[in-house]
Amino acid sequence: MFTRRETIALGAGAAAAATLPLGAFAATVDEATAAFTGGAAVAEGGVTITAPEIAENGNTVPVSISAPGATEITLLAAGNPQAEVATFRFGPGAGAALVATRIRLGRTQDIIAIAKMADGSFTSARVEVKVTIGGCGG
Amino acid sequence: MTDVRPRIRLPRSASAGDSITVKTLISHDMESGQRRNSNGDIIPRQIVNRFTCEYAGVLVIDMELHGAISANPYIEFEAVVPASGDFVFTWYDDNGEVYTATESFTVS
Repeated sequence: MFTRRETIALGAGAAAAATLPLGAFAATVDEATAAFTGGAAVAEGGVTITAPEIAENGNTVPVSISAPGATEITLLAAGNPQAEVATFRFGPGAGAALVATRIRLGRTQDIIAIAKMADGSFTSARVEVKVTIGGCGG
Repeated sequence: MTDVRPRIRLPRSASAGDSITVKTLISHDMESGQRRNSNGDIIPRQIVNRFTCEYAGVLVIDMELHGAISANPYIEFEAVVPASGDFVFTWYDDNGEVYTATESFTVS
């Protein structure tokens, strides 16, 4: 038995999956991770992603990322046609490795933040966001 | 394309050396390059692909944006203000245009 909400979510997900073209430059999470880390090992923890558990509208999902001690953070969306969302590089004038923005999510998926720490190591976090209406339009 | 208009929000006051929250928004469609028009043709990508902020000549943040950033990109971050100075915000469009905004900030 599906509730109305689940049915809508499933329908939207299926429609998004059917209409999204796999572009020649579509980067997967693995490729985007390798490009950011240069193949170095990525630990877990030390990064906090704040995002809604359920996003009504995938066109604008508020996300904030905090990674104390990080010099760079990259944000990836595992279920989007292109995994890269944004990369933040903090300069000497940054008060904290803390950013907030609004992102597009095509369907329910994991979002992943990888932080490069001052010592050159990498650490990451991942959260799932359920999307009611996908944000890849079409 | 609607008019591209940057908006900046800074706290009213801060003491020298404080870290302040900077909120920026620029009106921009952020056409992702994933959408199709009514003929089924892909609408070419046109997004703001880079944003930078400097305070008193010191880099605060340098951000690379992709198609998954929402229309009218909102960016919030923390900046240290050791003394009074100017914030310079720069957005780089795919079409080569560069939009800048400057805000003076006074510390107490």
